[in-house]
Amino acid sequence: MEQVLGNLAVLTGMPIFNLGLLIDGLLVGSIFALAAYGLALVWGVMNVKNLAQGDFIMIGGYITWTLGRYGIDPLLGVPVAAIVLWGIGWVLYRTVISKVIARDLFTSLLATFGIAIVIQQGLNLAFGPDTQSAQADLPTLSFADGLITIASTRIVGFVFAIMLAVGIILFMKKSRMGQAIRATAQDARAARVLGIDTEKVYSFTFCLNAAICGAAGALVAVVWNVQPFLGTTYSIRLFVIVTAAGFGNLPGVIAAGFGMGVFEQFGGFILGAQFQQALIVLLLLAVLAVRQLQQLRVRQAVQ
Amino acid sequence: MNDAIIELTNVTKSFGGVVANRNVSLSVPRGRITGLIGPNGSGKTTLFNSIVGYHPIDSGSIRFEGQEISQLRVQEIARLGLLRTFQTTRIYGKMSCLQNMQISIPHRKAGFFDMFAYDRPDVIERAEHLLSFVGLYEKRFLRAGSLSFGQQKLLEFAMALMNEPTVLLLDEPTAGINPTLINGLIDRLKRANAEFGITMLIIEHNMRVIMNMASKIYCLAHGEMLAAGAPEEIQGNQNVVDAYLGAH
Amino acid sequence: MTRTSLHPITIGLLLLVGVAAPLLFPAYTNQIAVLWLMIVFAMTWDTLGGQMGYNSLGNIFFFGAGMYTCAVVQIGLYYDVGMYTSGARTTHIVFTTAQYFTGFAFGVVAAGIMAAILAVATSWVVFGLRGPYFAIGTLGVAVAGAELVASWQWVGAASGISMPVFPGAPQTQKLFFYFLLFALAFVVLLFLRWLYSTNFGMAINAIRDDEEKAEAMGLYTRRYKRTAWTIAAFFLGIAGAIFGNMIGFIDARDIAFPTTTFNIFMILMVLLGGKGTFWGPVVGAVVFHVIKEVTWTYFLGWQFVTLGLLIVIIVVYFQQGIVGWLMEKYPERFGVRAASTEREVRSPAIKLAPHAEGAE
Repeated sequence: MEQVLGNLAVLTGMPIFNLGLLIDGLLVGSIFALAAYGLALVWGVMNVKNLAQGDFIMIGGYITWTLGRYGIDPLLGVPVAAIVLWGIGWVLYRTVISKVIARDLFTSLLATFGIAIVIQQGLNLAFGPDTQSAQADLPTLSFADGLITIASTRIVGFVFAIMLAVGIILFMKKSRMGQAIRATAQDARAARVLGIDTEKVYSFTFCLNAAICGAAGALVAVVWNVQPFLGTTYSIRLFVIVTAAGFGNLPGVIAAGFGMGVFEQFGGFILGAQFQQALIVLLLLAVLAVRQLQQLRVRQAVQ
Repeated sequence: MNDAIIELTNVTKSFGGVVANRNVSLSVPRGRITGLIGPNGSGKTTLFNSIVGYHPIDSGSIRFEGQEISQLRVQEIARLGLLRTFQTTRIYGKMSCLQNMQISIPHRKAGFFDMFAYDRPDVIERAEHLLSFVGLYEKRFLRAGSLSFGQQKLLEFAMALMNEPTVLLLDEPTAGINPTLINGLIDRLKRANAEFGITMLIIEHNMRVIMNMASKIYCLAHGEMLAAGAPEEIQGNQNVVDAYLGAH
Repeated sequence: MTRTSLHPITIGLLLLVGVAAPLLFPAYTNQIAVLWLMIVFAMTWDTLGGQMGYNSLGNIFFFGAGMYTCAVVQIGLYYDVGMYTSGARTTHIVFTTAQYFTGFAFGVVAAGIMAAILAVATSWVVFGLRGPYFAIGTLGVAVAGAELVASWQWVGAASGISMPVFPGAPQTQKLFFYFLLFALAFVVLLFLRWLYSTNFGMAINAIRDDEEKAEAMGLYTRRYKRTAWTIAAFFLGIAGAIFGNMIGFIDARDIAFPTTTFNIFMILMVLLGGKGTFWGPVVGAVVFHVIKEVTWTYFLGWQFVTLGLLIVIIVVYFQQGIVGWLMEKYPERFGVRAASTEREVRSPAIKLAPHAEGAE
């Protein structure tokens, strides 16, 4: 407890510190926003809540780390991981996801949870339980007499995330497939009637999401670290973001992603790193509780 | 001279930009059958949903037995004795007809330990009596979900009666029913009203049915109250005719 | 239609199997004990998921809460808990026989009560949620429990707690916990059989079939949901208390709140055996547990990968479960009657109203 108060004192006593945490939060949050967008996409288009999202990210991270170990610039991991994850997503879609889309929602939840476990344990077997991170050999910038330190890897990560996000949004707006996806999200039956191959749309969307996670994972490996069981934390984090914003509200999801990044930086600093997981989960419960209260006002339940 | 058991005053409800009900006022006289008609999209089901508490209203007042209910939730309103049936006919598919009836006993007086009770023989007898009232006695052990649509509608009606309501809101009770069976349904509705004293507010598209049953009819169009009165008056009302024809 | 109690022959068989098993297969006593635990897991999960339609991913929360509550009571009655958990490595604390059993008895009772209290408290949080949000919310509760306990110094944080040592021979210990778990499973089966035969059973089925309809009919849905949750929690808490002592050592993430093992097993067993049927969870528990025990040793290292694959396979290809599939093939055997299988039945001599036209 004294630690917490002490940390709070630092923040109030040295306001410049807050700025550092804020910037860090935004930089990290950009990656969250990216991955949350993918989750919201799959959720909105196929009504599949992908509990393996965080684990896809971890795969992307490990691919990047492996590249780094062979001397390849880990930033190349972004496209490589994206492509590999696209393939993995395609396989998973054909073997599992396509079979559970039509079923009730709990089934798809459980199926993706099963996939998550397979990935986690698989990564554990392949890479061991230690935390790893990919070195990008970029300098750490420092401002305000060393009170604010920002790893330039984070800035690079931020730039990449923004570029990817812009690319995806443009794709969704301008391309035929993007339009097909949005049409299917609004009304799958109507889309089919109008000649859109919804199977292809679903497959593409799932693969796209996997690829987004791969890219995000590459950034995570560089900016932060990876560990086989860290995926769950990310999954919960992303669920909080999408639930708080509402999966149809894509700008809201992105904003919430940034907000989450900032929240975690401050929370982690004040309460200490070991409470990180607990904090995120409590946040999830809080968001669900707030949603409940909101729904109560319209006399409904959170479906 | 009949007092109003349900009183709506200037009820307005909109969804986003669409105003489904605008300043609708109506009163449902106790012990009678009242009809609610209007072309598709005139806001009839929305009005029903507002009354039973399915969604909040933007403004206005809804009183039941003199009590304001516009802030209450669905279960609370149901426990006050105001019940509704659904356009899509909702029953408990995996349970038997008899069980559907048993679980529909009124719960307003139920205490905590009543949850673990067994139904007394008189409850079961009443359930069977109501099932035979709607003609489903032979099917009472069958899974409700395996009945035909018309049979399910009758079951839903019987379940509503089982709940001992004061008022029953029926949303298109004859929709989807084989025309040869409609007489039987009208007959049962009238008897439920006469013998059990249940007040009814019925949304109907079938004019023959509603003109036959109701003592008073309200007509909605474009979310607003267009006309109100006895069946003969409504039938002769040019605005009503125009509303229906115009909607085509 | 549903009997209020298990058929006497069934009871007899259960008792026979339960008592005979450790005598016939003494080497497998622990595994069979865990089987009874699995049956408790499956039955309690099915109460919420199969009978009421609320698929919980967080039942393990009560298992762990019970486990830790029991430990705290067992130790706390005689020593300072904080000191015990921090110093267990260096000091050797011995519990006398009387201390052990008294502590254990109080601990088990406290575990059940604490779990029930937590259930009532969490019901406000989780029951405004439906469907997948409920699943995620309950998962959140379980993970939160694991993380909070794992950071709580007083109960040993991540190092866990070494439980008081059982005062007796290993053989006695094995049998003691075996019969406790068997007794628990036996009680759960009898209790749930009775529960489902009362109005409670019909009410939760109604909630499962159409909750909005149930609300529209004035059912006190929240009361039923909260009570079902509490009943499941109570039994799970007691199970946790017993299991914690059986293992001898408890920790937050792996033993008390194993969100990816026991927590998921209970769902798989029910899906495998047949959701919403009475014996389905039992059948599923037996099949699952036997397969798992047999293959675990051969898949060493790859256990969890196999587990994940198993999840996916069961979820995708075994939707109805074994009993569910049987019920569909032979409906009459199970007392299920559908209009399609019904022959014409002559109506009995009940006074039908003069002009009641029968439905077709």
